[in-house]
Amino acid sequence: MFFPISNSHISPIYLVVIGFLIGVMGGFFGVGGSFIAGPALRAVGLDWNFAVGTDLAHIVGKSVVAAKRHRALGNVDLRLGFIMAIGTMGGAEIGAQLIQMLKRAGSVNLVVSVVSIVIYVSISSFMIWETWSTLHFQKRRGARPKMAGPTAKQDESSFSHRTRAIQRFHIWPMISLPASGVRISLWVIVLVSFIGGMFSGFLGGGAGYIRMPMLVYVLGIPTHLAVGTDLFEIIISASYGTFSHAIKGNVDILIALVMNTGAAIGAQIGAISTQYFAGPKIRIAFVPLPLIGAAIVIYTMWTGQRI
Amino acid sequence: MMKADTSATLRAFLIELAVYSVLVTGYFFLVFHFLTGWLQELHLHHVKLYALVAIALIIGQAVVLESVTTGLFRLLRGRSE
Repeated sequence: MFFPISNSHISPIYLVVIGFLIGVMGGFFGVGGSFIAGPALRAVGLDWNFAVGTDLAHIVGKSVVAAKRHRALGNVDLRLGFIMAIGTMGGAEIGAQLIQMLKRAGSVNLVVSVVSIVIYVSISSFMIWETWSTLHFQKRRGARPKMAGPTAKQDESSFSHRTRAIQRFHIWPMISLPASGVRISLWVIVLVSFIGGMFSGFLGGGAGYIRMPMLVYVLGIPTHLAVGTDLFEIIISASYGTFSHAIKGNVDILIALVMNTGAAIGAQIGAISTQYFAGPKIRIAFVPLPLIGAAIVIYTMWTGQRI
Repeated sequence: MMKADTSATLRAFLIELAVYSVLVTGYFFLVFHFLTGWLQELHLHHVKLYALVAIALIIGQAVVLESVTTGLFRLLRGRSE
């Protein structure tokens, strides 16, 4: 099928299947799925600037579906989501400006490819270490992993002593998040969201691949709430990112609309599935996803071929 | 008993996919027939309006699709998922 806005030929079935897979992952892990969608769009010949912008637009739609479902399950901390939106929008603009600079310099494809590989591999490595430590600690202590049901939302992490140290930074104003059971400085939330936003604008997507782990490890939000809140926040940040990229000519909305038809049903399935898994299990299942994204980017760079 | 439940869930899911595929295919034709030319024109000459329309379209489509998929889940499984 020909998409005149980006001047590209892409199979609509390919787009719907990619959308569906990303929808399942997004609903389950609270991520936009850009570490798959960006490389997948790039792999069929879209330039990185179009892949990044179009992916953001698709993520807005998918996150609306998944966040609505998570809200029904009680997994969204609205106060945290709104506060994070402020930092995210600032960061997203900086990221989008960096993309523009690289586009003008003619090195956007190479730089974004290399940065994305480094980020994806780093996140996966850290999460392997942390989740392995948590599960190992639970096993040594003789605790049974939490199963499905209300208690599954009570979370454990081997990184939690560092998280508590971060929460002890009493820099005014302190914010109470009763839904998440956390009290933390506003500036820590803004910093976390600013970093997430910057990656969102630069690498595309909602940057859930970096924000979801930061919500858990830096802010100390339970994994289930981190997933739902991240999705809610992604709606706001990805909408801003879409607008910013669209006025720079980087969004093919027709591609995003086609992808979103598959994502809508996938997001529902993913969100419902979170009820059946405890926090560390969700985190360990998250690990391969950024690595798949890195593998696709490496393949595309190495061979210069489209999938 | 559990096997029967799994089989029923799988069957319901496949019916959902089939119904959804028909709806989506029809929707593709509508969108591409009516919107392609207009969106391309906006993208080339009214880029700020294009950005706003793009966000409105993707959110509007998501809300409608969420209602459709939730409706299908409820209709075919006979309960609130």
